[in-house]
Parts: sequence; C-alpha cells; structure tokens
Amino acid sequence: MSCGAPADGDAGQVDAVDPSGQAVITGRVVDASGQPLAGAYVRLLDSTGEFAGEVPAGDTGQFRFFAAGGNWTVRAVTSRSAPVDVTVSAVVGQAVEARIAV
Amino acid sequence: MSRQTALVSADWVAEHRADPAVVLVEVDEDTTAYDKGHIPGAVKIHWKDDLQDPVRRDFVNREQFEQLLGSRGIGNDDLVVLYGGNNNWFAAYAYWYFRLYGHDQVRLLDGGRKTWELQSRELTAEVPARTPTTYQASSPDTSIRAFRDDVLAALGKLNLVDVRSPDEYAGRLLAPAHLPQESAQRAGHVPTAVNVPWSKAANDDGTFKTDVELTALYAGAGVDFDRDTIAYCRIGERSAHTWFVLHELLGQPNVRNYDGSWSEYGSLVGVPIALGDEPGEATR
Repeated sequence: MSCGAPADGDAGQVDAVDPSGQAVITGRVVDASGQPLAGAYVRLLDSTGEFAGEVPAGDTGQFRFFAAGGNWTVRAVTSRSAPVDVTVSAVVGQAVEARIAV
Repeated sequence: MSRQTALVSADWVAEHRADPAVVLVEVDEDTTAYDKGHIPGAVKIHWKDDLQDPVRRDFVNREQFEQLLGSRGIGNDDLVVLYGGNNNWFAAYAYWYFRLYGHDQVRLLDGGRKTWELQSRELTAEVPARTPTTYQASSPDTSIRAFRDDVLAALGKLNLVDVRSPDEYAGRLLAPAHLPQESAQRAGHVPTAVNVPWSKAANDDGTFKTDVELTALYAGAGVDFDRDTIAYCRIGERSAHTWFVLHELLGQPNVRNYDGSWSEYGSLVGVPIALGDEPGEATR
C-alpha cells in the first residue's frame, strides 16, 4: 500500500477487466504512424488539471487507470516531443478508450 | 542545504556512477522495476521490506539501518545517490532516512528513474556485487521527524502542509481515487493545514521546479517561511518529497516530516479534524 501510487502499476498487463463499479480509462500511446510506442509515461489529471496518477506505459504503449466518473486529461510524457494531452469522459461501469499519438 | 548539495543531474550520474566512492541506490514502490532494469551499478532498497519495521508501525531503527546499509556495501564515507520511480517519492523518503541517521553525503537524482528513462539512458538487469561494510549510523535526528503530539501542538502556531490531493484534503476521499479507501478511520485534514499537493513541486518529467517557482508555490498557499513547518500526507512518503523541497532545496531550517501522517492522525480519538477545501480553525 502506498501513499498515492499510480493508478495501475501493472500497466504492462492490461488484461480485460470487469468495469462494473469502476470508471476505467484504458488506452495506448502510439507514434505519428500509429505504431505502438514503448517507454512513455502516462499521467492522469482531473478536470481542474490536478495530478491524479501516473503509470509507465507498457511495451506496446498500453496503459490503464481506474478513475471516477467525469472528465479527465490523459497526458503522455515521452522523449519524442512535448507532452501530449487527450481528454476523456469516464463513466462508472464502463471502460473508455484513449489513444494518444505523439 | 541547497540544490547544489542535495540534487544531482542525470548527466552527473552518467559521468560519476563508476566512481568508487559513489553508490547508486534505487528505491521504488514497484520493486520489480529494478529487477527489469536499473542504472548500471545501482543497488536496490525495498521501501517496505527494508525500511519498515516488520512488526510494529515504525521505520527501521538505528541497528536495522546499519545492517541494511552494511549489507548493501555502503560505507559511511560513500556518496549515496538515490533515485526511483513515482517521481522520486520513495527515493525522497529514503533520503530522509539517510539524513535522519546522519548520512550527510546523500543526493537525489533530479527526475529519478523517469528522467533517466525518458533520456533513453542505459539500464541493466545485472545486479552489482558489492562487498559488505560495517556501517555506523548516528542517533536519529528527530529535528526532522514530527510525531502526533508535535502536530497537535502545532495547530495555529506552525505551518502545517498537507501534500495529498485536494479530494483527500477536503475529506471527499480517504485515499487516492484509484486505491482502496482504507487506512484512516476518518477523512479530512488537520485544522489550519494548507493544501499543497506534492505534484505541484515537480515538472512533468519528475524534475523539481526552480527555487523561484517553489518559493512562490508555498508562499502563495499561505506557508509563512518565518515559521517552522510540518509536512504530512497519508503514510509519509509524499510528504518526504515535500520535506526535501522545503528543507533541502529551499533551505528552510525547521521542517519536519510527520510520517505517521493521515493514516495515524485520522484514526486518533478526540482530535480536531477539518473538512472541506479551507484550512479551518485551530480549536481543540
């Protein structure tokens, strides 16, 4: 147990999950040609821009957060460019997909 | 203390990591990160197994710390460079232990593991063989550690800085949203504490913001730099990150980390608690 760990430290293993009772944000970091990108860090910011969690993306760019319902910003931090943001609306009981091209 | 004596850059580590008197130490929450790959030459310290007492709620005592460092081949005169994941949370927590037990030659790698990785620097799975040492720790320096009674005595008198997320501070959550809502019996914050989430002190790549930015951050939140300060979070490692900022980077003289933090305070019987987004009043 930590004081405030990343949303899912096991981001490398994004298995299918049962989203009932959870607002799941899942997705992938890809390069400009759409190919999965390894080595990214993905952070989750709430609707006020406040940091909520961060995970290293998996070997094929995959990541997953267990969030609450509402609007979130998902930010990919890579060595390739300035951070890239996408916004998502999470809904309890569903898994929403975010694709971040850097 | 200052940035020059508390932090080193990734360039510095790349240049000096093989120096005989330099020991790199990775401290992670996710300890499998080290096993998959770490900076060449780095040894591992497990934030829980190595740094917490296995029975009572406390961290390792002086003898246990001596055994730990001796087993890792760290000598009293070595320059220890700590780094880790999670924006250096647990590395900062370990840094605080090193200072508490009198090891002054200690640095944090600015940006930690994330900056090292984002710069595509070398990682290895090879575990270094270091010769064990006989390490001698000092008596714990409790001038940098706060206990529950210190916090109660500080209400309305000292700066209290709650470094958790705004929702935890306000009492809307007991833990970060993605973790089990456990640990403290009650939600909220210590009355009069201001909320400066740890994350505001760091850039996206995990490096610390500039001294000018950091000073403005805490002053803007109501921290009076002429007063002593106690920082807390939930179990004390996010607040070690903030302790590092205030005490080691900004050189504030009297800053203590309350490692009991909210998981202790929020379970105490009869203590005042404030709810909502405002600090609240110092009523006992």
